[in-house]
Amino acid sequence: MNLTLHVWRQKNAKATGAFVTYQAKDISPDMSFLEMLDVVNEDLIAKNEEPITFDHDCREGICGACGMVINGAPHGPKQRTTTCQLHMRSFKDGDELTLEPWRAEAFPIVRDLMVDRSAFDRIIASGGFITAPTGTAQDANAIPVRKENADLAMDAAACIGCGACVAACPNASAMLFTGAKVSQLALLPQGQPERYDRVLKMVSEMDASGFGSCTNHGECASACPKGISLQNIARMNRDFVKASLTDGTRDASGDTGGAG
Amino acid sequence: MELRSNAPTGPIEQRWDKHRFDMKLVNPANKRKYSIIMVGSGLAGGSGAATLAELGYNVSCFCYQDSPRRAHSIAAQGGINAAKNYRNDGDSIYRLFYDTVKGGDFRARESNVYRLAQVSVNIIDQMVAQGVPFAREYGGLLDNRSFGGAQVSRTFYARGQTGQQLLLGAYQQLERQIGLGKVKMYPRHEMLELITIDGRARGIVTRDMTTGKVESHLADAVCLATGGYGNVFYLSTNAKGCNTTANWRAYKKGAAFANPCYTQIHPTCIPVSGDHQSKLTLMSESLRNDGRVWVPKKKGDTRKPADIPEDERDYYLERKYPSFGNLAPRDIASRAAKEACDDGRGVGPGGKGVYLDFADAIKRLGSHAIAEKYGNLFEMYERITDENPYKQPMRIYPAVHYTMGGLWVDYNLQSTIPGLHVLGEANFSDHGANRLGASALMQGLADGYFIIPYTIGHYLASNKLEKITTDHPEVKKAEAAVTDRINKFLSINGKRSPTSFHRELGKIMWEYCGMARNDAGLKTALEKIPALREEFWKDVKVLGDGFSLNQSLEMAGRVADFLELGELMCLDALERKESAGGHYRTEYQDEGEAKRDDANFCHVAAWEYAGEGKKPIRNIEPLDFEYVHLATRSYK
Ligand code: FES
Repeated sequence: MNLTLHVWRQKNAKATGAFVTYQAKDISPDMSFLEMLDVVNEDLIAKNEEPITFDHDCREGICGACGMVINGAPHGPKQRTTTCQLHMRSFKDGDELTLEPWRAEAFPIVRDLMVDRSAFDRIIASGGFITAPTGTAQDANAIPVRKENADLAMDAAACIGCGACVAACPNASAMLFTGAKVSQLALLPQGQPERYDRVLKMVSEMDASGFGSCTNHGECASACPKGISLQNIARMNRDFVKASLTDGTRDASGDTGGAG
Repeated sequence: MELRSNAPTGPIEQRWDKHRFDMKLVNPANKRKYSIIMVGSGLAGGSGAATLAELGYNVSCFCYQDSPRRAHSIAAQGGINAAKNYRNDGDSIYRLFYDTVKGGDFRARESNVYRLAQVSVNIIDQMVAQGVPFAREYGGLLDNRSFGGAQVSRTFYARGQTGQQLLLGAYQQLERQIGLGKVKMYPRHEMLELITIDGRARGIVTRDMTTGKVESHLADAVCLATGGYGNVFYLSTNAKGCNTTANWRAYKKGAAFANPCYTQIHPTCIPVSGDHQSKLTLMSESLRNDGRVWVPKKKGDTRKPADIPEDERDYYLERKYPSFGNLAPRDIASRAAKEACDDGRGVGPGGKGVYLDFADAIKRLGSHAIAEKYGNLFEMYERITDENPYKQPMRIYPAVHYTMGGLWVDYNLQSTIPGLHVLGEANFSDHGANRLGASALMQGLADGYFIIPYTIGHYLASNKLEKITTDHPEVKKAEAAVTDRINKFLSINGKRSPTSFHRELGKIMWEYCGMARNDAGLKTALEKIPALREEFWKDVKVLGDGFSLNQSLEMAGRVADFLELGELMCLDALERKESAGGHYRTEYQDEGEAKRDDANFCHVAAWEYAGEGKKPIRNIEPLDFEYVHLATRSYK
């Protein structure tokens, strides 16, 4: 099949960008979306035009590197699917597609469809961890975890950090990303000692990085390729309120997990 | 070149303890005075960088991705082995050691493997403490599953995303150190040269992939944790960015490259769908716990799988290897699939596939239970192939997945260049000629968390390191080499894209140095590769400039190195005149089973760079088997 692409081209963070139209010819429905772009790029190189820059790595939906807005939808039309896992059979001959980078103040454009998501790393660095230096651990089975909690923690931990939630949100909020990490660790007994301190630090870093606030649109969860649920935001909000009331010093030693 | 393994002697259970005591220590106040470079942020690099920083060292960590959280360890699906014996099924450190040595077809160093099995138990403890959400049973304790090459259940898992969860655990620990200022992180940076001064590794030259800036970074020691080189085949389960450049630069500066021909072809991947294919996707080995592998008995049988009656199916793994059945090790399962397809009994387009069938398991356990165990894998399969594996069997075919070969290291993970340490898949040390499933994650974390933190201290405490600055002539020379190379790529102005060369190299490698190799084929490849390389340097086309983000330029550099490595792999394969694990020479077999030649090849081949245009030197490290006695590997 043949498609028409309107692609955002921008040389670097400071340059002004614009849409440029390209034809994608002889595309097989078995190709992934990125393989379709590979074909377009090889054509461009043959014509001495610089290929389109986009982030990608694993191409199996797990590393979170890829992502672009396709006809207004982050990662395109298919639910729970990253751009690299989207296949051309989701489109038809003659389709016209607009490809844009994630748009958010906290994600400056690096080039074309590639953005800088280091703000996510800073949120994790501010508190998205359990302080467990190497060598201090007790036997793994000494800490039993309710299966329900372990499963919910795993649901939250499935986040790949791609940034689609931010791109989908009208306020460019990072609540789903941050909430997922806060929830995962708050649901586990190992995460209790730092639970309230953690949420305060992560939320404050999130605000400092220029992400917007959450006004309950829920676009983030529907755009999420990993199905991270809005419940994670609710859990984070609950912990945040509790923590704020006590300034993060609340003694959490009585908690054994169970933020859900 | 002298290859001193520095492995301790004495009873194997005590070697690591003894060695730890014998090694020199750096006292806590002095650790602050040392700086260490870590290249790579996967399980080995991420855990290593974080742990070294916890100890007090000043660490700089580099990765080519936009965030350390994206390193390809993230894609590992099935699980991580540990000799916990939580199942009470007869597991032990000794058994994990034994299985790994045997699984590797007796081509790994016993002392290293034993240590790996020992620290495996600490890894699970450590990762649980960090909040990795491993699968649990209703009682709240950890669950296990079985993997190929083992008859016990020792694999811990987090759904089908174990690599992701372990990597995020290590990444969070790394981010904590970044937040504390003990690790300086350099994402979107590519290492393009190793700096050696007075024979020691003292730094690296990188290119900032966003701005194009070429820069030197100096340190007291350098660690490479840059993964494997499976992308030399173009199509593999590796991420698109995985490359050999860091290792290859080190090789050309004097680090020996060990057993480059040992590549792992994973039996359960989604088959190639067309020429556009850019990468292959693995279906976790854990699926072989419940899936049964078969092909039709009749050649060229094009009936739908459901229309082929039970007695006209060949469950060939169960037939040939009754005691391990569908859980035969990877190299064996891959070869058996190839044989069936070569015999004209393959299924799907082009006959390049075999069935992995869950019908029996669904009947026995119900589709809900199957979904709980493998749901995300089934979804992924359906997304890629548009076929529903709950209703019809999966089609799978072997694909390049892992490389057991890598830079040669001694027991301290030090390469033949003093001060250059190599961790994880990038080194050669623990898996011999074939890696068992769920052991890559184990080795990456073992190296990063529990080995390098001790051994690097020993190096730093035993050597007097001069202070150096970036004005040093060796530093300037290394920088100039990098800049010249970049300018060269940009000035060739040829006609072919870097990708087109990469694809062509991949085809040569797969055909002549893939699942089955032989003398004539390898010699053909050894003619084709240098010719292709020559064409590359004359005709590659890299558009754009060096001062901005330029993915074609990045690619060209990686392909140039693959074009050299491919040749070394073929040379190694040619000279290893035996079959062992993943290295299968059709001339050396016993009714299709790999035939080792212990009299002549019970050794590591460590290749030494001899200069441009010269044949590299093949050095040997003999292997002794004191504990697991050399025997023909049998899974029957
Ligand atoms: S490339 Fe890794 S998630 Fe798409």
